[in-house]
Amino acid sequence: MAGTLWIGTRKGLFALRADGARRNWKLAGPQFLGQIIHHVVQDPREPRVLLLATRTGHLGPTVFRSTDRGRSWHEAARPPAFRAGHDGEEARAVQRVFWLTPGHRSERASWYAGSSPAGLFRSTDGGEHWDPVAGFNDHPMRPKWAALGTPDGEFLHSILVDPRDPRHLHIAISVGGVFESTDAGRNWTPLNDGCAADFLPDPSVPFGHDPHCMVQHPARPERLYQQNHCGIYRLDGPGRRWKRIGDAMPKTVGDIGFPIVLHPTDPDTAWVVPMDGQSVWPRTSVGGKPAVYGTRDGGASWRRMDRGLPRSQAWFTVLRQAMCADTRERPGVYFGTTGGEVWASTNSGDSWRCLARHLPEIYSVSHAA
Amino acid sequence: MSCTVRIASPLRSYTAGAATLAARGSTLAEVLANLEQRCPGIRFRMIDEHNRIRPHMRLFVNTGEAHELSATVRDGDTVHVICALSGG
Repeated sequence: MAGTLWIGTRKGLFALRADGARRNWKLAGPQFLGQIIHHVVQDPREPRVLLLATRTGHLGPTVFRSTDRGRSWHEAARPPAFRAGHDGEEARAVQRVFWLTPGHRSERASWYAGSSPAGLFRSTDGGEHWDPVAGFNDHPMRPKWAALGTPDGEFLHSILVDPRDPRHLHIAISVGGVFESTDAGRNWTPLNDGCAADFLPDPSVPFGHDPHCMVQHPARPERLYQQNHCGIYRLDGPGRRWKRIGDAMPKTVGDIGFPIVLHPTDPDTAWVVPMDGQSVWPRTSVGGKPAVYGTRDGGASWRRMDRGLPRSQAWFTVLRQAMCADTRERPGVYFGTTGGEVWASTNSGDSWRCLARHLPEIYSVSHAA
Repeated sequence: MSCTVRIASPLRSYTAGAATLAARGSTLAEVLANLEQRCPGIRFRMIDEHNRIRPHMRLFVNTGEAHELSATVRDGDTVHVICALSGG
């Protein structure tokens, strides 16, 4: 089974294609040269289909769709956009489509998109036409939930559709927190108990947290993991309190980072890439010595996995969409760096090798079977 | 009213590569609506969902910058679509 890594960068889209053994990789592209690619996602329900979220420095945000595994792309007829506001209302405009998530397997043409400023959108025709999810975008609490955005606006990401129930959704907002809906997005409830928010005047607030990336295990959907601005967390439903599993990370490394990736079949196995979150938040690899950390016991313990990675003076960052795993029994794990390198491990993190260098700043890495 | 629209290079994927198009309309809004009919998708890349010109876009009618879509366009005018971007 060959696979493709789709590499979304600040200056275009690239693809790394593997042979069946994942030994030889060939770089293709760029497509969309000069365009900012925030996310590229394969449709697991229809693997020929990919969706891509893009904008350029000049032009507004949009979505493209491919039905031939990325050979050609067609722009959405109606990209995600907020509804026209009433008089006196804040007139929010989508600045970037930041996140894409395929809908439930029972809803074959459904997709979700997250934006900055924080907005949730849904398509029911494969990504051709998008509508705002009014239950979130117009929720009376939304201005308070997403009140502390950066000048770039708050980012809505990590849209999770429960494989057991298409009406059960989770979203995350940086900055805003995690929110849950059990009625297909009509109503939303904050889900942040147990998470630290030590940057806020009142760290005990029910929302206003900064989840960087949240994932749900397909084989155990009641379990969520979260890499937060303030640590690594796990939540085991039906409980509603996050447990800081990052406490088991080495104190000299800390538990700050952007991505968190799960093993495709083992809900106890996950990988993170710690970054420096001290003082002025350099957000680089800690000490210039990049490492992936992996857990095989749900975060009770973590193991440093840096064989093959640079030993020193490597100051890159791995952004939240820029790490993924493939679906092999012993999965490959992949990440892209802000310095334009793509690194791969075909033995679940035990050793690493660089597949590509000199690409533009990498925003997303996703695996397509 | 008939005018000429000069298209900046980032938008020419919508105009089959054309740098100049003829369009009809007596305001910028009408000219852009006319353009959108023939080049679907082009308007939203320039104008947001609240009819505001996007931050890195500049629209000129002849040599005067237009800040609102209600700006008047007269017969024979030239509308310039310009992209303003800094940094690498």
